[in-house]
Amino acid sequence: MTGASAAARSRLFGGRVGIEGATLVLFAGAIASYFLFPNHLALLTQFLVLMMFALSYDLLQGHGGIVSLGHAAFFGLGAYAAAILARTGYNDPLLGLAFAAVLSAVVALVLTPIIVRGNDFTRLLVTLGVASLVYEAANRMRGLTGGADGLPDFEIAPVLGLYKFDFEGRIAFIYAFMVFAMVYVFLWRVVTSPFGLALRGIRENTRRMPAIGSPVRRHLAVAYTLSGGIAGMAGAVLAQTSRFASLDMLGFERSAEIMMVATLGGSGHMAGVSFAALAFGWLKDVLSTASPKYWQLGLGIVLMLSVFVARGGIGGLLDHLRFRRSA
Amino acid sequence: MTPALSTQGISVHFGAFRAVDNVNLNVRPGARHALIGPNGAGKTALVHALTGSLSPTAGTIQVFGEEVSSRAEKDRVRRGLARTFQINQLFRGLSVLDNVVLAIMERDRKTAAFWRSVANDKRAHEAAREHLAFVNLTQHADREVRHLPYGSQRLLEIAIALATRPRILVLDEPAAGVPSGESHAIFERIHALPQDLTLLFIEHDMGLVFRFSDRISVLVAGQILIEGAPSEISSDERVKEIYLGRRAGHAA
Ligand SMILES: Nc1ncnc2c1ncn2[C@@H]1O[C@H](COP(=O)(O)OP(=O)(O)OP(=O)(O)O)[C@@H](O)[C@H]1O
Ligand SMILES: [Mg+2]
Repeated sequence: MTGASAAARSRLFGGRVGIEGATLVLFAGAIASYFLFPNHLALLTQFLVLMMFALSYDLLQGHGGIVSLGHAAFFGLGAYAAAILARTGYNDPLLGLAFAAVLSAVVALVLTPIIVRGNDFTRLLVTLGVASLVYEAANRMRGLTGGADGLPDFEIAPVLGLYKFDFEGRIAFIYAFMVFAMVYVFLWRVVTSPFGLALRGIRENTRRMPAIGSPVRRHLAVAYTLSGGIAGMAGAVLAQTSRFASLDMLGFERSAEIMMVATLGGSGHMAGVSFAALAFGWLKDVLSTASPKYWQLGLGIVLMLSVFVARGGIGGLLDHLRFRRSA
Repeated sequence: MTPALSTQGISVHFGAFRAVDNVNLNVRPGARHALIGPNGAGKTALVHALTGSLSPTAGTIQVFGEEVSSRAEKDRVRRGLARTFQINQLFRGLSVLDNVVLAIMERDRKTAAFWRSVANDKRAHEAAREHLAFVNLTQHADREVRHLPYGSQRLLEIAIALATRPRILVLDEPAAGVPSGESHAIFERIHALPQDLTLLFIEHDMGLVFRFSDRISVLVAGQILIEGAPSEISSDERVKEIYLGRRAGHAA
């Protein structure tokens, strides 16, 4: 039986098998796509951004079991932070990225006390409420955010002072890919760390945690801070590579989308969540091109079907494939 | 001698209902102290109040003489007060080993580290395996808890509490729901615990209580009816009436 070794390996990765293989395929596919679809690099870059954003949210929902309907607030905050910084003349991309990450992380940390208390239901309402406030604030602060018109027209300096963002979007893709890879490796470390284990403990049984001496609130604060910071980085990469920041980047739709993607991906399965983001982004693109009017309906139907077909999400399917092959 | 665990006037009220009513309890260090009483007597509510998972309406609590009444549950654990639950509170989606590793890492305050690897912490894993060996769960170490037989889950419940390295362990019906054959196996493990670990345990089976306890408190309707050595308790008329009455009622 392969059970023992598989279980031993899977212990590391949230009790699931095959994530290493899926991760390899994911990275190989991302690199190959650069060569296979040279005319679609802008879209591929958006997929990378979506994957980063999904992974940031998965740390909360998938690993910590903490739901949020306002995660786009951090994404949008990062996008605006990078855009505004670039417009003031500090347009080094890595500086913008770091600024966005720190700002979003700090805001996430400050918000923790009101988000952490309560149950799933109150959390949904509170995060929804906070995100609407952020949205409305951004809408009002026209001078800073451009209001409904968004923030266009800013330049981003070459990456590391060497690689200028080109019209074909090659550097943009490579830049986004590098940030994605960094985020992926970082999150992998986090979820396989003692802290990651404690987060899964909170997901599996919040009530037992204080009975083993666990500082649950502190864990949640750290999770929120890391997750918010990474969501901000994803937003920054989108703003920098598209040279645009707009209100929809912190809108409700984006928050709801990412919750669907994380759920579809198989909560807590990093490769699965990445593939789900990819599938979602691609489907959205195909459907919105095919039917600008009814694409959301199509998307809704596909999402609903996928929940029934793939219980455990895409991650669950991946594990199943892997398991059958090795058995 | 300073009691290991001591309460003065602990009360837990749910609205007008007095689940626990003015309880004074002293548990001597190293005791095998049984807390018995009919269903709904308030035993579990008292344990919640002791460990801090519920704030009592009134009263104070000391652990080895230190006032802990205003301390959070996790801080009482860090002062050596651990518990198990009448209804399993396990990390069902994690492996058996990870359940114990998590408790060890929380005790050692290692869980803030998000930059280290769990897998590389050999010492925590070795310690966890020792706890599993103690409760005879070694062969299940890599299984997901949700697939574990119920009796084994009850043993894991104890292993997790032991992993916090307690000085006082409160066991809320450790063999609850387990067939009587297996409940002996569980109490045999409890019996094998180090003598200097103070035990306060709740149990309905009088055979087990008289076999394993050296002190008994009887809780009825939220109040301590009597406390004493097992011989005093077994000869007390009121206890006989309440207890045998209840058991007779059960048998009917
Ligand atoms: N959260 C609550 N709200 C209201 N009443 C409660 C609550 N928790 C417990 N009770 C009541 O308090 C009383 C004591 O309950 P408790 O669980 O402490 O009893 P117990 O002695 O542990 O019983 P058992 O032997 O069945 O476990 C019961 O009547 C119960 O219904
Ligand atoms: Mg009880």
